[in-house]
Amino acid sequence: MCTTCGCSSTPGHHHHGDEGHSHEHHHPLKKIVIEEDILAKNNRLAAFNRALFKEKNILVLNLVSSPGSGKTTLLERTLRDLSPRYRCAVIEGDQQTDNDARRIAATGVPVKQINTGAGCHLDAHMVMHATESFDLDNLDILFIENVGNLVCPAAFDLGEAHKVVVLSVTEGEDKPLKYPQMFHNSDLMLLNKVDLLPHLTFDVAQCKEYAARVSHDLRILEVSASTGQGLDDWYGWLEQELGK
Amino acid sequence: MHEMALTQGIVDICEQNAGGHPITTVVVSIGALSGVVPEALEFCFEACSAGTLLEGARLRIELVPGRACCQECQSEQPMERLFDPCSQCGSFLMQIISGQDMRVREIEVED
Ligand SMILES: Nc1nc2c(ncn2[C@@H]2O[C@H](COP(=O)(O)OP(=O)(O)O)[C@@H](O)[C@H]2O)c(=O)[nH]1
Ligand SMILES: [Mg+2]
Ligand SMILES: [Zn+2]
Repeated sequence: MCTTCGCSSTPGHHHHGDEGHSHEHHHPLKKIVIEEDILAKNNRLAAFNRALFKEKNILVLNLVSSPGSGKTTLLERTLRDLSPRYRCAVIEGDQQTDNDARRIAATGVPVKQINTGAGCHLDAHMVMHATESFDLDNLDILFIENVGNLVCPAAFDLGEAHKVVVLSVTEGEDKPLKYPQMFHNSDLMLLNKVDLLPHLTFDVAQCKEYAARVSHDLRILEVSASTGQGLDDWYGWLEQELGK
Repeated sequence: MHEMALTQGIVDICEQNAGGHPITTVVVSIGALSGVVPEALEFCFEACSAGTLLEGARLRIELVPGRACCQECQSEQPMERLFDPCSQCGSFLMQIISGQDMRVREIEVED
């Protein structure tokens, strides 16, 4: 059994046996005041993760976006460019398949796939157990690629240092207004696929203005994971965060 | 649909506090700015409570309206949707005061 979270590490462990009570006959009722945040358990485990990552001096980033914005492509390129300099590991979250984990594994970096099934987000508990497979004493950066979804992952702290939101220029400049919570919770936005701008009507300045409305101190970098444009700025940001 | 995970959270909290007694009612408060759809919670509640102390229990949802304070003109006002601008000066620098929380408030158990 897991001593931190009390789980048995098997799904469905929350279901206690039905005590066979019936609501037919009258019992005196007792009121119990609880006043507990519904996300308290996730927040507790996230705090545990954060403390562990701090102790081990690991920079942990939670990459969030809609499906197809280019998170895995960006990671592949980043790992190939950085892995001589930094020791990296990746947690891949998807509802199904280990396609992304195989793409990452091909770069030679340790990777752990989490399949959430029907779940639309990673939570702190999943990340806690996923990190067990890494050598945390020999790690500089842990990238977590969250499930492609601009809504649900915003609510679940994983214990990361920063959420990094990836938005690609094919998605439309108003995404920060349509999914404000995610952009609000992020510290860095990577505007990806800028190599495609000549073919689109995407208005970069308008997009940045929308993003600034919902997140006043959001850093925004324009990049292309395909051509490598702007990636030095991204690596510079990482370096700066590693130095903190 | 993270309402499923949130509802599972509600069930866990209730079971931990019920001392093994069957639960007849659970009261939760949901902030209007929390991003949670009450109807979805109700929908998930039936599935998540089956086979637990909450089976057959009534779910009561109290909605907490959103309120925010403008950082530029200091006016305090209701906020209907997250990141709406200030109704007085149009600024987007709004500090949310209430309406983001989701809590299990209390339960009623058979004694
Ligand atoms: N043109 C262009 N295509 C890209 C770029 N980054 C990713 N893609 C393509 O976008 C698609 C989705 O990328 P993927 O990395 O799987 O996205 P994910 O779902 O966010 O992990 C793939 O076909 C990529 O080749 C980019 O910077 N420019
Ligand atoms: Mg991917
Ligand atoms: Zn104002």
